[in-house]
Parts: sequence; structure tokens; C-alpha cells
Amino acid sequence: MLTIQTPEAVMFWFLAPLAVISAIGMLLVKKAVHSALLLAWVMITLAIFYIAQDALFLGIVQIVVYTGAVMMLFLFILMLVGVDASDSLTETIRGLRPIAITAALGFGGLLVSLIGRATLGREAAGLVDANSEGNVQALAKLLFSTYVWPFEVVSALLITAALGAMVLAHHQRSVPRATQREQAIARFRGASLGSAAGLPNPGVFARHNAVDVPALLPDGSAAPNSISATLKARGDMLESTQFELSEVDNTVTEEK
Amino acid sequence: MNPYNYLYVSALLFTIGAVGVVVRRNAIVVFMCVELMLNAANLTLVTFSRINGTLDGQVVAFFTMVVAACEVVVGLAIIVTIYRSRRSASVDDASLLKR
Amino acid sequence: MTTSTSLVYLIALPLLGATILLLAGRRSDKWGHLLATALSASSFGVGLYQLSQMLNRPTEERGVSQKLFSWISVGSFNVDAGLLLDQLSICFVLLITGVGTLIHIYSISYMSHDENRRRFFAYLNLFIAAMLLLVLGDSYLNLYVGWEGVGLASYLLIGFWNQKPAYATASKKAFVMNRVGDMGLSFAIMIAFATLGTVSFSGVEEASHTASKAALTAIGIMLLVAATGKSAQFPLQAWLGDAMAGPTPVSALIHAATMVTAGVYLIVRSNFIFDAAPTAQLLVVIVGAITLMFGALVGTAKDDIKKALAASTMSQIGYMVLGAGLGPAGYAFAIMHLLTHGFFKAGMFLGAGSVMHGMNDQVDMRRYGALRKFMPITFITFGLGYLAIIGVPPFAGFYSKDAIIETAFNAGGVKGILLGGTALLGAAITAFYMTRVMVLTFTSKERWEDNQHPHESPILMWLPMAILAIGSVTTGFLFTRGHALVNWLSPVVGEHAESEEMLLQPMVVSGLALLAVAIGVAIAVMKYQRADVETVAPQNVSIFTRIARKDLMQDSFNEAVFMRPGQALTSLLVKGDENVVDGAVRGIGRTALGAGASLRKTQTGFARSYAALILIGAIALIAGIWVVTQ
Repeated sequence: MLTIQTPEAVMFWFLAPLAVISAIGMLLVKKAVHSALLLAWVMITLAIFYIAQDALFLGIVQIVVYTGAVMMLFLFILMLVGVDASDSLTETIRGLRPIAITAALGFGGLLVSLIGRATLGREAAGLVDANSEGNVQALAKLLFSTYVWPFEVVSALLITAALGAMVLAHHQRSVPRATQREQAIARFRGASLGSAAGLPNPGVFARHNAVDVPALLPDGSAAPNSISATLKARGDMLESTQFELSEVDNTVTEEK
Repeated sequence: MNPYNYLYVSALLFTIGAVGVVVRRNAIVVFMCVELMLNAANLTLVTFSRINGTLDGQVVAFFTMVVAACEVVVGLAIIVTIYRSRRSASVDDASLLKR
Repeated sequence: MTTSTSLVYLIALPLLGATILLLAGRRSDKWGHLLATALSASSFGVGLYQLSQMLNRPTEERGVSQKLFSWISVGSFNVDAGLLLDQLSICFVLLITGVGTLIHIYSISYMSHDENRRRFFAYLNLFIAAMLLLVLGDSYLNLYVGWEGVGLASYLLIGFWNQKPAYATASKKAFVMNRVGDMGLSFAIMIAFATLGTVSFSGVEEASHTASKAALTAIGIMLLVAATGKSAQFPLQAWLGDAMAGPTPVSALIHAATMVTAGVYLIVRSNFIFDAAPTAQLLVVIVGAITLMFGALVGTAKDDIKKALAASTMSQIGYMVLGAGLGPAGYAFAIMHLLTHGFFKAGMFLGAGSVMHGMNDQVDMRRYGALRKFMPITFITFGLGYLAIIGVPPFAGFYSKDAIIETAFNAGGVKGILLGGTALLGAAITAFYMTRVMVLTFTSKERWEDNQHPHESPILMWLPMAILAIGSVTTGFLFTRGHALVNWLSPVVGEHAESEEMLLQPMVVSGLALLAVAIGVAIAVMKYQRADVETVAPQNVSIFTRIARKDLMQDSFNEAVFMRPGQALTSLLVKGDENVVDGAVRGIGRTALGAGASLRKTQTGFARSYAALILIGAIALIAGIWVVTQ
């Protein structure tokens, strides 16, 4: 009988609930970035589980590939796409959420009940023998003998995916890029002359030069189009008035 | 403790991922939920590898990771392309099929 | 059996003519009739050549066959397109091509003013080809092709002047009534294949020795139905009178000499079946007897010369069917009467055509009279045909009809007396109405309309009439001299069996027949030659005359018994079709539409709802596993 030693059991009972809670939290948090971080945590937990189960190589790969590369890719795309109304947690398709929750309860219940019923019919073996010459060496042996053909196919898949991503990301211009002169003309012919000279920078006249502080217009009101739309959508725009000085020293000192 | 406990965790994570795909609207979060489901499957494979005493489960998990990486690359490229033309990362906005 | 490669030319030549004339269209208007006549004549030439070849061979090797190609080969069902020329077929071949050629020649002149003469000749050639296929086919299926072919040609020719709606209707009537008979033939073929496993004449003959009597009786009755349709026998006789709508040469060739005798051919050809199925044979006799009286009675009341002749045709074919139903004793006589009838009736029809030609297409005999002075040749040729049909010795009809009456008397018992008596009475009535036709047309006083200028027809018309008249005079004598035709046909229809105990001696029968004829002639002469004839048919006549004028109510009967219930059934079926069948079809459509409309609601276009459905599907799958592994 493969017995799990106490340290592993402690580790498991500590990490497993944490992983499940993090996963649930991933669904509940509003911001995609938070979801990504929670997912990264779940993946690190899984890496620890892998290592604990004598899958050293996979554990390392999990950290390097998933938390390292894939999650970074997610964050990068999040940065590109920004935030919009899709981050709202309000359900727009009527009746979908109860269905999803009921289905999830049924699905999870059935899975758990099935696992609980399953019996192997023999003792669990453990990987001591299989890993006798080292986990990486044993995996390499399998990978380059029994699984060499799938390995080659998967490498072809990787190259294809890279090419596919390039093709998808490539943007074919349908009209030539507007020259600076054309852009200027368009700006002056546009509906409002107010923006003809360019949008105001954030923080102008606001006594604060942070990107989330709107500029002040000559009449003292805030100019919302001076800050990034992303910040506005996130609700990260600050009030310029809070940086007003309560007392303004109007005395002019002569410069020497 | 029994190694089957890892399977329970895997089942729960998979279920949570499945719910996430259904309830979340942000395409990137949906994608992350898919990744969560793939990881849950990987945990199952590793656990079974341990129970059976052979490394084949780990090899398959390795392949799964590679395929998942490919999927992430292509999927994110698609999201970017859609966002570029529709200015939205909501999966509900890409619903032209019903018309 | 000897094989030959030249049989196919008999059919191919007229078929070629029909094809050329129909495809060439108006381009062949100038020479089409000549080509058709020449091809028909060359087919006759091939027939004569075949006859000479046949005469050079010993009796048992006279039959000739030719396999054209393998037609149908499905499992155990193998039919070759094959031709068979034996002693029976050659009689028909010569009759069809011989009389056919004469009628082609006649038509050149008769149809010369018709702008569609070429089309007429094309149809005539088509008819000749189909009729030859009918008599030359070596199996029931090949015969069936020819059978349908002559039906088509008949339809086309009856409705040749289809610009007149009545004529077009007549052609449709003939076609539809023929279909009833054709159905009988197709049933016969199907039963033969189902029970005997073959449809060739030789195969069926061989199998008929061992087959069950019920099957043979069924085949026989179905063949009889076919014969009644094609030969205008009771109860499918109603179309023949209306078929006179076609041009007169058509009436002469198709509806007197050849096509309508196809039923007799069918019965005689299937002698092996009827010999083994007495019930069917008895039905044949009954049908023949009824029809011969039916036709004779209708003939007495008709004022239209062509319809009177048509009724007479019906009656004479009744004689033939009666003869064919009498078994081996009568087959040869039936064929003999068929051949002699082919001559004298064709001749009389051509004579009638000649009269119409001279009288501006007037067909009402009450408007004729005293035409012998103006049309001497027509009078003589028609008169010879008349003498032949009523059975005056030594003309052809005497020999052939007398033989049938005699055989009928000798059929034995009450049946013999009944049949013989009917035949004898029929002969008397035939004499009466044919004399009536003769007197009204040629001898009594002039009753023309004012603008009539009767004149003799041109040589192209009277020459064929003269040749047919010679045939009407001589053929009977030739056929009976030394039992020539009986012996000639015996290899095909079986040895002619003389009845052992004769009810009446031949001389007595002849005497009785002549007496009957004399009475019939005398009454007709008294009634029509001595007395004045009204130019319009009198209306205050007995109920029997009225019924006879209406063809013994055949149309009213058909209308009441078949047409009205048929219409009711059809409208019922139409309703059923619309409500049940169409309803079911539309219901399926509506169901699909409704299902689509409701299922469409699940197609929201939202990827997430599809994902939810996938999740539910996965649950179902796992639930299945859960249940199975319990």
C-alpha cells in the first residue's frame, strides 16, 4: 500500500482547500487581472502537487510554462485589450446563471461520487521504481522511444500554432496610413475645434501630475477626456478638486 | 492519506473551470477557466501515473501542456483580432451566428 | 426449328418508313406516300419469299425463328426479342402486308386532298410494323409490344382528323377501352410467369401440360379479356362503332381486316392454354355467340354505312371467336373466316369509302340510292363482298361461315344446338342487314341531296377494291380445296378432329344456312326495295329499334356502371389525396417547421449558452457512466 507520509498529508490539506478557494475566487472577482493572479496561484499549487507526487520535471515545467509563460501572455493580452463592460459580473443571458450553478453542482457531485465509488482493485504502486534512475531521465527515455512519434507531431503543432498566431495578429491595411498632414487636416475639419490642438494632458492645472487626475479647464472644471478611457472605465479617475489648496498665496515676490 | 484525494481536488477544479466558462463574459477570463480545466486534467494524469507506478501519465500530461500552450497562443491571437475589429472582449458580443 | 436472318426485314421495312416520314416532316410531303407504299409492298415481297421458303421445307420444319437480341435478363426471367414465323403467322403476315399494301395504294388517291397525307402514311406504316411484330413475336411479351403498338397506331389514326372534337374523343374512347383489354394481357403474362416461369409460346406450351388447371384457366380468362378489348367483343365492344371516325382506309385495314382480329389470333395462338382450360374455352364461346348476335342486331338499325359495316365486323369477329372457342375443331375455321373476312370486309369498306368519295363524304345511307348506275365498279366489287359476307356459294364467306356453323352444331349436346342456332340466326340477320345496306345504297330510288354529283372513283381506288373482290370470290374455295388451310395449320393448332357423331350432316347445315340467308335477304328486299325509304330516320319506331340504334345501350350501360362510379371514386380519391396524403406531407412539413421554430430559440448565438449545453451533455454522459457502473 502506498502510504502517504504525514508531511505530504499536511501539505495537501493545507494547499488543496486554498487552491479550490482561489479557483472559486477567480470566478467571483471582478477584475480580470485579479483572476489571472488567482489562477497563477492555483497553478503554483498544482506544481507543488506534481513535485509531491514524484513528478519533478512536470512540476518545474508547470511553473516555467504556465505561471511563467502562459500567465504572462494572459497579462500581456489583458494589458492590450484593457477593461470594458465585459468585466461586469451582472448576468445578461436570462436564466443562464442558475442553470450553470445547478449543472455545476450536479456535475461535481457526480464526479466526486464516481471517484468515491471507484476502486483500483490493487494497491497503488508509487513511482519509486519508475524514477529509480531519475525522473527526467526516465521521462526522456519514454519520450524518445515509445512516444517519439507523438512528440514529433506535437512539435509540428507548436510551429503551426506559432505561425497561426502570426497570421491572426497580422493586420492588413485596407487603406494607406494617413500622413501627419492628412491627420492634421482631418483634425481641423472635424466637428470640434476644441480638440484640434490635441487633447489636454492629465494633471494640467490640477496641482497633481498623476495619469489618473484629470486636467482642469480654464473655468476650473475637470476635463474628463484628458485621462485614459481605460482608467475612466475602471473607475480609477480621481477628483482634481481634492488637490486644491485651501489658501493661495497671492503675494508676488520680486526675483532678484 | 489516500492519493485519491488529489482526484477529488482535480474534479472540483474542473467543475469550477466549467462554471467559469459559462458564467464569465470576459473572453480572457473564459480562456483562463479553460486553462484551469486543462490543469485539473493534468493533475488527474499525474495522480494516476503515481497510482499505476508508470510514467506514461506524466508523458501525456507533458503533451497536454504543450497542446495547451499552442491553444493559448492561437486563442489569445483570436481574442486580439476580435477585439481589434469589435472593440470588445465580451464573448456575448461575438454572436453573429444567430442572425 | 430453322433459324433465319431475314424475318426482321418484315418489320424493319415499314418501321423504317414510319421513322423517315415522321422525322423528315414536311420535306417528305411530295414522296412520302410513295415510299410508304413501296416499303409496305416490299414487306409483302419478303413475306412471299418466306412463304416460298416455307413451302420448300417438310411440314415439321416449316417454322422459322430469329433471335434479335437478349431483351430482359433478370434472375430467372429471361426474354429474348425473338421472332417466330410459322404456318399461322405467315397467314397473318400475308394478310397484313397484302391487304395493307392495297390499302396504301387506295389511300394515295383517297387522301390526296388531305394536307397531312404524309403523316397518315407514316401512321399506316407504323401500324403495319406493329401488327407484324404482334403476329411474329415468339413470346407473349413480344406480342405485347406489338399489341400496344397497334393500339397506338389505331389511336393515332382514329383521331387523325383530331381537329374535330368528336373524332378526338372517339380515339380516346378506343384507346381507353383497349387499355382494359391490355391490362388483361399484362395480367395473363404476369400469371404465366408466376406460375409457369416463362412467357415464350414454346415454353408456355411445354409447361401447360403439367401446370395446374386453375392457373391455366386464369391465364385463359385474362387472354380472353385481352381479346375482347382488341377485337371489340362483348363486353368491351363499345369503341368500334366510334372508331369509324378515322379515315375509311383505316377502318378497312385496322378496324375490319387486321387489328381487330388480333384477339382471334391471340386465342388461336394460345390454343394449348384453352384446350387445357375448358372453363376459359366455354367463356370464349359465350363471348363469341353474344357478340355475333349483338353486332348483327346493331347492324340492322344503323343508317351510317360505316357504322353498319362496323357492326357487321363485330358480328363476324364474333363468329371467329366462336369458332376459336370450339377447340381444335374450330381453330382452323376461325382463321379461315378471319382471312376471307379480311378480304371481303376490307373490300366493302373501301367500297363504302368510294361511295363517300363520290357523295361528298355523305355517310347516311338514307341519302344514297340507285348508285349502281353511277358507280358500276364500286357496285360490282361491293356486291361481290356482299355475296361473300352473307354466305352465298361459291363465294368465300360461304365456306368459312358454313364451317363455323357446322362445327358449332357439332359441339355436342345442348351447347351445340344453342351455339349452332345462334350462329344460324346470326347468318339470317347478317343477310338482312347487309341486303339493307346494299339496297339502300345501290339499288333503291335516288334520295340524294340536291348538290350531289355521284361519280366513279379513280383507278388507284377501284383497283385495290377489284383485287380484294377477286379475293372475296376465290379464297374460300382455295382454302377448302382438299382441306388446304386446315392441313396447313394443323402443326400449330393441333390435328383437326372430326366429331364422331354429327348432329347434322354438312349438307343439312349448308341447306339451313342458305335458307336462313334467303329469308333474311327476302325480308330486306321487301322492306327496302319495294317500299319507299324516308330520307330521315323515322322516330315513331318500336322500343327495340330505338335501343338498337343506340348500340343496345352500350354507352349508357358503360356510363352508368363504370363512368359515374369511377368519377365518384376519383373525386373521393382526390379528396383523400388532398386531405390524407397531402395532409400528411404538409403535416410533416409543419412539424418540421414548428420543431425548427422552437429549436431555433435555443440557438441564441451566445457562445456561453452553447457551453452550458455542452456542460449539460457532459453531465448526461457522466450520469450514464454513474448508472452503468452502479
